[in-house]
Amino acid sequence: MSEKHIDDITGVETTGHVWDGIRELNNPLPRWWLWTFYLTVIWSIGYTIAYPAWPLISSATTGVLGYSSRAELSKELSAVEAGRADMVAAVAEMSPAEILADEELRRFAAAAGEAAYKVNCSQCHGSGAQGAAGYPNLNDDDWLWGGDIDAIYQTIAHGVRFDGDDDTRFSEMPAFGDILSGEDVNRVAAYVYSLTGDPSDAAEAEAGSAIYADNCAACHGDGGEGMTEFGAPNLADAIWFYGSDEKAIAAQIKNPAHGVMPAWQGRLGDVTVKQLAVYVHSLGGGE
Amino acid sequence: MKYGPETIGVSLAAFLALLGAAFSGDDLFAAHMWVAFFTLAAGAILLLRQVSFAPAGGKTEDENGYMDGPVRYGTIATVFWGVVGFLVGIVVALQLAYPDLNIEPWFNFGRMRPLHTSAVIFAFGGNALIATSFYVVQRTSRARLWGGNLAWFVFWGYQFFIIMAATGYLLGITDSREYAEPEWYVDLFLTVVWVAYLLVFLGTILIRKEPHIYVANWFYLSFIVTIAMLHVVNNLAVPVGFLDAKSYSLFAGVQDALTQWWYGHNAVGFFLTAGFLGMMYYFVPKQAERPVYSYRLSIVHFWSLIFLYIWAGPHHLHYTALPDWAQTLGMVFSIMLWMPSWGGMINGLMTLSGAWDKLRTDPIIRMMVMAIAFYGMSTFEGPVMSIKAVNSLSHYTDWTIGHVHSGALGWVGMISFGAIYFLVPKLWNRERLYSLRLVTWHFWLATLGIVVYAAVMWVSGIQQGLMWREYDDQGFLVYSFAESVAAMHPYYVMRVLGGVLYLIGALIMAYNITMTILGYSREEQPIGQAAPAAQPAE
Repeated sequence: MSEKHIDDITGVETTGHVWDGIRELNNPLPRWWLWTFYLTVIWSIGYTIAYPAWPLISSATTGVLGYSSRAELSKELSAVEAGRADMVAAVAEMSPAEILADEELRRFAAAAGEAAYKVNCSQCHGSGAQGAAGYPNLNDDDWLWGGDIDAIYQTIAHGVRFDGDDDTRFSEMPAFGDILSGEDVNRVAAYVYSLTGDPSDAAEAEAGSAIYADNCAACHGDGGEGMTEFGAPNLADAIWFYGSDEKAIAAQIKNPAHGVMPAWQGRLGDVTVKQLAVYVHSLGGGE
Repeated sequence: MKYGPETIGVSLAAFLALLGAAFSGDDLFAAHMWVAFFTLAAGAILLLRQVSFAPAGGKTEDENGYMDGPVRYGTIATVFWGVVGFLVGIVVALQLAYPDLNIEPWFNFGRMRPLHTSAVIFAFGGNALIATSFYVVQRTSRARLWGGNLAWFVFWGYQFFIIMAATGYLLGITDSREYAEPEWYVDLFLTVVWVAYLLVFLGTILIRKEPHIYVANWFYLSFIVTIAMLHVVNNLAVPVGFLDAKSYSLFAGVQDALTQWWYGHNAVGFFLTAGFLGMMYYFVPKQAERPVYSYRLSIVHFWSLIFLYIWAGPHHLHYTALPDWAQTLGMVFSIMLWMPSWGGMINGLMTLSGAWDKLRTDPIIRMMVMAIAFYGMSTFEGPVMSIKAVNSLSHYTDWTIGHVHSGALGWVGMISFGAIYFLVPKLWNRERLYSLRLVTWHFWLATLGIVVYAAVMWVSGIQQGLMWREYDDQGFLVYSFAESVAAMHPYYVMRVLGGVLYLIGALIMAYNITMTILGYSREEQPIGQAAPAAQPAE
């Protein structure tokens, strides 16, 4: 079917074809549409002249601006690095304690350490360094391996119970499930709990006191105050690592969990580790 | 003998699946073959019950009229898979907001996410495209579908593909290519179905009784042909063994990434854009009862769209290992794509000139207009996001998710709903839909749902992007990644709300469609004429 046909409403001629009752008006292309289309094409041609665009046989056109995303990135990075170069050199030369003494340098190192912390440490210790079960809180003044700047630096640099580092912090609490009877373990747990809370059975806790003195005090101290030389936790500060009730304490006595932290010096370099130490030291508990 | 060869074919396939299950050394492959066996065996039994041994020639169906059986089934399948896909979408949205809802191993996010994307794109969208293309090509060619029962094979084969893909995902069988996750044997089967689809469609066009091919069919045909090419190339792989689920892609490294995004972006371009433009070009003029605005515009925007779209994929790989020149080309082709895409919007909207008053009285037209509006919005947003400077902020953030959903829920969903509401009364010979007022409800719920979803994702996406790139004055990173994840929680909860609104709308549609098919018709006042005419004050 192909006859002249004018649409009543718009007065525009149709193409004359009809499909299942559908006709098509013979309207021209909207001018604004066409010109915008042309503009995008012209802009695109200009852009491909300015920037790398057209593939050749073994390379591509580089564009008159000589742009490259890799070059741009490394330019930005080296500008930032150049701006920090003096500070970084100073951090590299000085010991962590000396950095702490220099206010300007301390502030720089803490900011750098915070950024490194967010990328490398927050996964276990939390974005706010608040820790989690089995991962120490770094905001408080309860330190397993010591909280002065050198101890923190040592821990970050070499890790804890980390296989790949000879200087790693190492200690292992024995599994007292193999040494003490089940009842004795429960008694010690009740006693340890009683240092900071009300035990479920005061007599049990009393009985545990002697067992504690014989088996535990050597590392954890007579009053349960812990010993950072062995990474032995303070048991008298109501801060718990693997759970805070008697049952969890008993489980830890019977078959202790031994957490591992990687050594970071090899991975991040000494400067970053110092910066991390300064940042962690600044969180509130640094000694 | 009616259905004889079909029954034998399906039974044979079921037997082969059984052999596959029995002899495979790969537990996953064997489990998947059991799924195939039970599905095919059920199909064979259903077919067997319909086999008639009457001598051929006793025709019951009018074989000269249009073949609408597959269209009817396809319409029902579209509604069904739509509801399933939206529901899974809400589940995955909830999993992102509340990670405890990840149920290992079958229902964790990693398996549910492809289930959602495939269900909405391929099961819902694919069925909508197949059903409407079969309807449209017959009407606009004045010819019955070519190939006899081949159209039925396309419909049932496609449903079987959906089942194999979905169960594969949940079992953990994936080749991990985004939007193309099914493994090699499911891919091969889909290729067969797709070639059959191409034959039916092209055959019908070739036997047409109209002198010209209608514009909707250009778009449908470009969609079918291009998807075939994309599917085959992207899925080129070497299986570990012929009775083993695993395969390895032919591509590696950045070439693999580029192949995947060449596929992925053109799945958007040809499946979700060109295919649904075909739908628009038939159902909008039909429902509005107005001629298409401009024949010339349809030609120019069709060819420019087809030519430009295929090069735009690299914009998904800005600032990656992809060479700069390819990134530049991906970007400029996306910018040039803006007007060709908008050509479809102009032609759709301007087709209503002279019929704008129908927006007040016809909720189906309203739905189609909203679809076109979202189409225009997302085909503008797309080129903007392809600009490298914008992309450096938007890439990998929820902004992309919002963009996809304003296109998918707004454009693809709404235009399909409009087409379904148009089709159902015609396919089942009903005078009208069960209720137009329920269509209005669907329209507002869906629109509100999309607006909530897209707005929330813009805010969360931009916030995410800004948090990731936030540096202090010394060049140190301000936020950890986990902090940006935690900051997204309220948005993820609000997104669920948007999805729930959209799903409720779809459930109302399912009810409305069911009642229409069953032959009910709700007594209600016509829309736009309900209020009594205003009386002048005395």
